[in-house]
Amino acid sequence: MTKKHAATTRLWHWVNAVAIIVLFMTGLNISNAHRHLYWGDYGFDPATAWLDVVKFPGWATIPGYYNLAMARDWHITAAWPFGLGVLFIWVTMLLNGHFRRDLTTSPREWTPGAVIVSMKAHSGPGAGAAHGYNSVQKILYGGVFGVLMPLMLFTGLAISPGFQAVAPWLLDLLGGRQSARSLHFIAAWAIFGFFVIHLVLALSDWRLILEMFTGGKRDLHAEAPPAPSASPQPDPVPAEMEAPAHG
Amino acid sequence: MVELPRRSLLAGMIALGASACSKINESETTQSLFKAAEDGHRAVHRALAGKQGLAPEYTRAERSPTFRGNGSVTVADPFYQDQLAKGFPEWKLEVRGLVEKPLALTLADVRALPQRTQITRHDCVEGWSAIGEWQGVQLAALLDAAKVKEQAKFIVFRCADTLNGRDYYESIDMVDAYHPQTIIAHSLNGEPLPEKNGAPLRMRIERQLGYKQAKYVKAIEAVISFDKIGQGGGGHWEDVAGYQWYAGI
Repeated sequence: MTKKHAATTRLWHWVNAVAIIVLFMTGLNISNAHRHLYWGDYGFDPATAWLDVVKFPGWATIPGYYNLAMARDWHITAAWPFGLGVLFIWVTMLLNGHFRRDLTTSPREWTPGAVIVSMKAHSGPGAGAAHGYNSVQKILYGGVFGVLMPLMLFTGLAISPGFQAVAPWLLDLLGGRQSARSLHFIAAWAIFGFFVIHLVLALSDWRLILEMFTGGKRDLHAEAPPAPSASPQPDPVPAEMEAPAHG
Repeated sequence: MVELPRRSLLAGMIALGASACSKINESETTQSLFKAAEDGHRAVHRALAGKQGLAPEYTRAERSPTFRGNGSVTVADPFYQDQLAKGFPEWKLEVRGLVEKPLALTLADVRALPQRTQITRHDCVEGWSAIGEWQGVQLAALLDAAKVKEQAKFIVFRCADTLNGRDYYESIDMVDAYHPQTIIAHSLNGEPLPEKNGAPLRMRIERQLGYKQAKYVKAIEAVISFDKIGQGGGGHWEDVAGYQWYAGI
């Protein structure tokens, strides 16, 4: 438990990365089949759509040309590692303390002050690399794990006609099949938004990406987010506090 | 410890990144992976919902104002057009194949059998949905009347329309064939089926997508395998475009 990222986290991270890239790009191909979104149970007349979606170009889709059957093959296949992965990471996060340590927030962390501290801690050279998660990170990651990914999974299940016999209440909860389809689309773009922020910040320091392969080192001093008065620079770690694995 | 998954994951990502998708897609491994994913979805759906689990039914007020016709919306066959104009007096629905007692039913025969009415949602593979009230005969009742043989594994629907230059057909397994909401419908929203929605008889298989809902049905055929029918995909769109045979996803 001396690594910054547990092996289970790293394994899930990369499997999930591949799965969501495939799901998103095949999803754009599937969207091209009927580029209109509706609310409620039914919807087929573009005149009643709440959104007319653009036609996604070939470079953004898998495959790189319109093919609904092939896109669906990839989509329903990648849905397995994604769906089982969400279940897997939630169980391991709850068991290994990752959730309690890094994702639970106190009411204090939702205040503007906490956001400012987070922004300061997350900018500047070497910022944040060895810290625990700051308030904004906790809220964003929590939103992705707790809201967006489950929403993606449940709306995907709900729009499958074979699954409606399993959980008819799920369709009711989501406001009908076309609402579930609209929410599936919205959640996909919200995850894409997170993906872009995540990628830009990770690319700002290549060591962060490397650590998602190697696991990195956990700085035992800085598990909690820095207090508002703390210096953004991490304190030097005394040798005796180093984890045994480094000795 | 994590060397192995890391290396194979990287390889996988690079392969995807190089957009070698079409090559990956055609490989036998990928095709069997797709098949496993499709079968897995079906197995999970049926394990969780039960073989007889019902699709939601709606009230009359929840119906869509109209019911979109898609795919074939007209039938070129002169006999069909003649019958359509006359109200299908000589139209026959055959029940044949692996049955002990083949049947040939008129529309009046079909209407005289015990009826089921259901207001259900139709989901097209493209993404849209419509809701309509269907009335017809449970397929199970016809299969029982024809005494379907034990060795039958699939039910094939033969249609009067041609699409992409081929006769339309579809198939389902015995689980869906004996599902209570699987009916051969003759009415939509209290009226005889319009031509665009499959007059005079069409299938309703409520836990699957629109392309399984064969229209203009001429014959119901019990078979052991559909390998020798069409191109062996089990249906028109399965053959023509490679759609999933299990259309519950």
